[in-house]
Amino acid sequence: MAMAEKFDDGKGQHPKAGDRRERGGWLAKIAPGVRKALSKRDTPENLWVKCPDTGEMIYRPDLEAALWVTPAGRHMRIGSELRFRYTFDDGKYEAIPTPAVPEDPLEFFDGRPYRERLQSARKATHAQDAMAIGFGKIKGVPAVVLVQDFAFMGGSLGMAAGEAFIKAAQEAVARGVPLVCYTAAGGARMQEGALSLMQMARTTLAIQDLKKAQLPYAVVLTDPTTGGVTASYAMLGDVHLAEPGALIGFAGPRVIEQTIRETLPPGFQRSEYLVEKGMVDRVTPRSELPEVLGAILSMLLGGKRRAA
Amino acid sequence: MAAVRHYLEFERPIADLEAKIDELSNLSETAGGGSFEAEIEALRARVLDLRREAYAKLDPWQKTQVARHPERPHFTDYVGGLITDFVELRGDRTFGDDQAIVGGLGRFRGRAVVVMGHEKGWDTTTRLKHNFGMARPEGYRKAVRLMDMAEEFGLPVLSFVDTAGAYPGIGAEERGQAEAIARSTERCLTLGTPMIATVTGEGGSGGAIALAGANRVLILEHSIYSVISPEGAASILWRDGARAKDAAAAMKITAEDLIKLKIVDRIVPEPPGGAHSDPDAAIQIVGDAVEDELGKLDSLSPDQLRAQRAERFYAIGRAEGLS
Repeated sequence: MAMAEKFDDGKGQHPKAGDRRERGGWLAKIAPGVRKALSKRDTPENLWVKCPDTGEMIYRPDLEAALWVTPAGRHMRIGSELRFRYTFDDGKYEAIPTPAVPEDPLEFFDGRPYRERLQSARKATHAQDAMAIGFGKIKGVPAVVLVQDFAFMGGSLGMAAGEAFIKAAQEAVARGVPLVCYTAAGGARMQEGALSLMQMARTTLAIQDLKKAQLPYAVVLTDPTTGGVTASYAMLGDVHLAEPGALIGFAGPRVIEQTIRETLPPGFQRSEYLVEKGMVDRVTPRSELPEVLGAILSMLLGGKRRAA
Repeated sequence: MAAVRHYLEFERPIADLEAKIDELSNLSETAGGGSFEAEIEALRARVLDLRREAYAKLDPWQKTQVARHPERPHFTDYVGGLITDFVELRGDRTFGDDQAIVGGLGRFRGRAVVVMGHEKGWDTTTRLKHNFGMARPEGYRKAVRLMDMAEEFGLPVLSFVDTAGAYPGIGAEERGQAEAIARSTERCLTLGTPMIATVTGEGGSGGAIALAGANRVLILEHSIYSVISPEGAASILWRDGARAKDAAAAMKITAEDLIKLKIVDRIVPEPPGGAHSDPDAAIQIVGDAVEDELGKLDSLSPDQLRAQRAERFYAIGRAEGLS
């Protein structure tokens, strides 16, 4: 069941200023007028960030300096801009535009038009959709990097994300460089129906193009990666890294619990568990990712046969 | 004798009439010598009309129910009706054998093929054996193994899709459900022999696409193919699984919708009253369609087949007039 399950369990927060989760949380229950007043106060609203594990208040600049990893070790969810900055040498990269796709082909309505949901997600994240592409060097190795942002409708894989993935793979092939994908999604985007399901096959095809060109494809699984995303490009890397503690699975934990009517064991579907079960190569803290990625990619490229 | 004993909600009037026919036949037997033959004939004609009418205008939720109809032909029936010399091949050679996906070698209209598909089961025992058609990693890994064999020996692959989705369980996750699905989809797409997928019932999300990365994707008239079950979508969108009807409509899951979106290539018509009202006919109509599609792929080389598949899937969503 590839599904965009919601993971707004308060564990992961998105650090981008002005980002407020659309549903849930006490703020959502307050009348809109009050909410507006609250959000427009003059003090920098996110100067302190509450640690989702310990409840401790963390000074925002400290958290930024720690790459949004709390003192307790939680790797908080971050968007594409920060990912690119943390991944590429000196934080420098070239943004590659993502292709435009038909908007709302199904004219999907679930109480609110899908177009409206897209608009508010765009406003909240300042991004066009869930995927962004950057090109730069990782410890000296040129690479195309694809980042999936959970803050954009749960990172869900729809036509836009699918086309972005294909575009990124093509860019990598054209430039003769590896592809790195940071995954984060609840799954496929329901609002695009079977068109989103097709992205599982389409992204898989794009990976074949990389293989044909003998270019490495590395996946970094981040919190959370589930559903159709895990069941396609997230599990087809030459190498799978995962940030500590990330939820990674096919079915969401809630769906499993409902099916088997049992509570899941602690640590189930977390990065460390996936390493133990043989699905992930290595749990790698955020601060070490550039080094590890750079080493892996340069070695894989070193073994690359020269094209005739 | 009523042909169909399991009635869907919208078939109530049909059920009533068929009960009446049964009653009259019984009476006629006891009274002896076809006393009510004319009445029975008239009622039968009326039933056929009613069926035709009802099935001509099914809404997406009704189609969902038809697609899941317990008497709808299943993989086992298709093998029985279309494949001779069937030899089931079992096991993923790694962990076990998952009977939610059944597959093997056989002859389709005289021609050796690899055939595989989801089997939901047809009574309590077989439903449990086949886990209601919800495959675990071993099922997808068996599919990969069968496709490897098809590639090695140059055999076409016929797949039949009928699943609510991959099984969500602890063991399945533990053994890499997501990876197994991804590899199976990948294997379909890299196959150097012709592959035809037919959605015969429910095409449920990743569990379906794992067997449907084919050169041609066919769908039965009243089958559905969806990113998530209507119930699942409803419970996420509205936290109310009971609104599945609305979700079914919103997600555009019917054959008619899917062919417009170019997600499927061909709709296979069903007998009036759905495939379950005349399974033998339904199965042969599917066979004819598959044979026809397979013929069109015969002249293609392995590379051309792969290229055709890539083109087919890359084109989805890029067509004009979608937005």
